[in-house]
Amino acid sequence: MNLEDIIQKTKTYYCLECGKCTSICPVARYDSGFSPRMIIEHALLGFEDDLVQNKKLFSCLTCYTCQPECPSDVDFPVFVREARSIAQDNGQYGICAHSGQLQSLARLMTSPAIKQNRLEWLSKEYRVSEDSDVLLWVGCAPYFEPIFEDLEFSALDIIRASLKIMNLLGIEPKLLPNERCCGHDALWTGDVETFKRLAEHNATQIKEAKVKKIVFSCPEGYRTFKLDYPNHVDLGCEVQHLSEFLAEKMGQNGLKFKEIKKKVTYQDPCRLGRHLGVYDAPRKVLESIPGIELIEMKHSGRESICCGTSAFTNCDSYSNLLRAERLSEAAATGADVLITACPKCQTHFRCAMTDKGEEHRPTPKIEIMDLANLVADAIGEE
Amino acid sequence: MAGFEPQIIAFCCNWCTYAAADLAGTSRVQYPANVRIVRVMCSGMVNPIYVLKAFEGGADGVLIAGCHLTDCHYIDGPVKCDAAVDKLRKMLHVLGLEDERLRREMISTSEGVVFARVIKEMVEQLKKSGPSPLKVKMEALA
Repeated sequence: MNLEDIIQKTKTYYCLECGKCTSICPVARYDSGFSPRMIIEHALLGFEDDLVQNKKLFSCLTCYTCQPECPSDVDFPVFVREARSIAQDNGQYGICAHSGQLQSLARLMTSPAIKQNRLEWLSKEYRVSEDSDVLLWVGCAPYFEPIFEDLEFSALDIIRASLKIMNLLGIEPKLLPNERCCGHDALWTGDVETFKRLAEHNATQIKEAKVKKIVFSCPEGYRTFKLDYPNHVDLGCEVQHLSEFLAEKMGQNGLKFKEIKKKVTYQDPCRLGRHLGVYDAPRKVLESIPGIELIEMKHSGRESICCGTSAFTNCDSYSNLLRAERLSEAAATGADVLITACPKCQTHFRCAMTDKGEEHRPTPKIEIMDLANLVADAIGEE
Repeated sequence: MAGFEPQIIAFCCNWCTYAAADLAGTSRVQYPANVRIVRVMCSGMVNPIYVLKAFEGGADGVLIAGCHLTDCHYIDGPVKCDAAVDKLRKMLHVLGLEDERLRREMISTSEGVVFARVIKEMVEQLKKSGPSPLKVKMEALA
């Protein structure tokens, strides 16, 4: 795809140069050198080299804050995604967080010969079934374990909690022993080739598994399966985020929760919220737990501020300022716990909390937890 | 698997193992030519991504070798290296890669013979294990 195709695809030519995108962009608020409007202008003037060599192209969070504001309905995040693939063809890869380990692991997973040991954490207390028609997507969690062990964050705990909840609901989900990375990070950093290979691997395995529904605890995987896979592969099944799954089941089964006396606030992950419009399901789940008081942050729902990095690319000091701002908003609510529904939001916030912050504006410390872990604590016997 | 010659990428610390490899050469100690040495200033600077990239590029095995614990020119390089190797082993294990494909050694300047022995052992071991499963991607591309 060349620049002209991207402009056609994302209707960039409708741009009025009004600058609403730049004025609402969370990155542009801190990084005056980053301007979505400028990036679009360069593209429209045909300055492909400027666009591709511009390191700021990788600063975009693709958080979809700008797109709903655009009077001409220009799809800036998709424009950035496609432009990044041109940049990659020209040898510009952006600067990846954690020295690009996660992107490298994704590329390694494209090898058809690997036999992963990704279910070794699965202990006997969890029940899984080979014949189940519900699949629980484990995703990158086993790889996150060693990479983020310093942050005292365990992505597998979120999967364990999801399994516990499903078991208590009487569902024994299926787990795939050799699933690959969903390809989200590859796709959004412009590595379309890797994404396609991963998608094909996953689609083949899912078809063989003959499941009717896939449940995700990670919104990035969910988004990729729901919106990006259909353009490349056919899955032949329904996909759902854990919060939606729970909200649906709660009505049917009359789930029993024990009381947890906590004030919580909720961070909308960009992939779950603005990308897919799932705002109510997690809130419904939170509100149904007795004792939980949900206090919304200053910016919530569609206006919520992103956790500062997406697809593990371009994590810089501006990202950290953004996280500090969001954590301050969370602390200002007086909540005990910040709940999020995305493991990646959690890694980024935890990472930001290891930093003291600026002298006049220290980064606040707040307990942070995944929705699945909170529900798993509340569910079950008194 | 007949005729399979494994490729090994060795990250060698400038002060100890690289000099040991040099010593092995000047002393005419024989070892297989399957190794490509990458000189690094300290084993502690070997970021996990270097090793992942080596496997991406088609390496069958990776050796990270540097000074002994107390010999480091930068005080605690080997400790940092061990921490990185520990993380790497966990990642590579999940990927389904055999443990012997990543080897961590401490070889000092005077141990040219040890360097030659380590390479010989690694090559023999990898010949038994066969090509890296991560390499298939590369061959599919060609």
